[in-house]
Amino acid sequence: MINASANNWRGPWTLLKKELLRFWRVVFQTVAAPVITALLYLLIFSHVLESHVEVYDGVPYTAFLIPGLIMMSVLQNAFANSSSSLIQSKVMGNIVFILLTPLTHMQFFLAFLIASIVRGLVVGLGIYLVAMWFVDLSLANPWLIIAFALLGSALLGTFGIIAGIWADRFDQMAAFQNFIIMPLTFLSGVFYSIHSLPPFWQKVSLFNPFFYMIDGFRYGFFGKGDVSPIFSLAIVGGAFLVLALITLKMLKSGYKLRS
Amino acid sequence: MSQPAIKINGIHKHFGALHALKGIDLSIEQGEFFALLGPNGAGKSTLINILAGLITPSAGNISVMGYDVNKAYQQARMLLGVVPQELVFDPFFNVREMLRFQAGYFGRGRENDAWVDEILEGLGLADKANTNMRKLSGGMKRRALIAQALAHRPPVIVLDEPTAGVDVELRQMLWEFIKKLNHDGHTIILTTHYLEEAETLCSRVAMMKQGQIVALDKTADLLNKFSGKHLRLTLGDVALPEVIVESVRHVENGVYTFALDDMAQIEFVLSALRTANIKVIDMQLNEADLEDVFLSLVGNTAKGVA
Repeated sequence: MINASANNWRGPWTLLKKELLRFWRVVFQTVAAPVITALLYLLIFSHVLESHVEVYDGVPYTAFLIPGLIMMSVLQNAFANSSSSLIQSKVMGNIVFILLTPLTHMQFFLAFLIASIVRGLVVGLGIYLVAMWFVDLSLANPWLIIAFALLGSALLGTFGIIAGIWADRFDQMAAFQNFIIMPLTFLSGVFYSIHSLPPFWQKVSLFNPFFYMIDGFRYGFFGKGDVSPIFSLAIVGGAFLVLALITLKMLKSGYKLRS
Repeated sequence: MSQPAIKINGIHKHFGALHALKGIDLSIEQGEFFALLGPNGAGKSTLINILAGLITPSAGNISVMGYDVNKAYQQARMLLGVVPQELVFDPFFNVREMLRFQAGYFGRGRENDAWVDEILEGLGLADKANTNMRKLSGGMKRRALIAQALAHRPPVIVLDEPTAGVDVELRQMLWEFIKKLNHDGHTIILTTHYLEEAETLCSRVAMMKQGQIVALDKTADLLNKFSGKHLRLTLGDVALPEVIVESVRHVENGVYTFALDDMAQIEFVLSALRTANIKVIDMQLNEADLEDVFLSLVGNTAKGVA
């Protein structure tokens, strides 16, 4: 009898290790570059708006901006990790090395998901550590910060897996990135509170899941937000569950991976 | 009685309107060195991809040592090592890392390192173990691809055209290594461009044409069925006498190949040519080989065997 479940943990762990090493091998591109980009945003926007805008009473604009920038980078990098790994493997054909193994669709999913979360958190932590030089950030509720960072990166990591499986070419992936991820992150309240928007756009923002991730994450720092953090947590958690189920269904059916 | 290494039952595959596989039945015993031959588009790679779980069949089933490749895919894949046809690689890692990853996916850890070293040595990759995959030459990439399929020590090994585009020296080296694996008890299934390889290495051969198996037998028996000799005569552009036209099996650039049942027929052909006043420029007498069997079964369209 062949016992495929023997050492079962080793298969998915190997895939996770490979995915982690993959982004770590190009750490300047995958971690250092997004940290630098976020800091440039921070320098420019805080310089221009610091003396003009105060979103929450007693919270300087620079301090307000930092959690938004951290979360934006966490989300974008979690998405980039799984999506770029999958599209590269598909285009180069080396995805076959994984498809030929006894790894289950759940193990495949978890390995790519956790690697995405790790990259998102490493980038977020990098920005936080550097930003501490600029401003003294309060941590009103660290558990909320951790919960939103984990759930947000998980949601975008999962979305990245869907995009990576769906896209056949690099330009399709770029379209995903530029027409979905970028607008949704930029219009989610990274740079402003939605209360500063006209009523119509406030309502529109409430349909943007990224808004809840940014707002809930920021709530963890200041104890203030545009909506209740518990409501945001429920929205983000629900969205993650829905996307995770879709991804697992795609992987189980072999959609675009097996014919 | 032990399970067959591979059991294929009534496999059909449709790609839209194309009926790529039309009911394939095949059983390959453990320890066999088996060849799957056929022209481009015959369905060999589709069949291998179904076996590997990369393509789902429209009907039928395949099992590896008794484990269904769909229903018990984990067990089936543990037993199977597949060398893909395309020269694919992961540019982020070196050869040893790739082999360790590949073994790891199958649940094997550091205890497998001695086997990885053996594969590296056997395939002449030892001095490239720490070289990044993208820096390897085409031949070296091909060796690494084979090494990856062997990393988890599978008892059944499938090689989809492993020697395509590989030079003679490397081909010889690869076959020595694969022969040793077979000798050690591994079942080997291969598709190849080179019929003489199938003839020398494989104990049994299946020939495919348009999604069907048109011949399946021991290599020796297949050759016996098509026994006889082939007389190759270089005649130039001539009109052959009626009496010998029927014996012609192949014509190319003024070289006529006659299939003969016995030596006495040589004199008959030569005498007919003399009577017709046709001059023989060159003459060769050969035993029938797998290529002749292949051509007679699959037809002259099979000249570019795949």
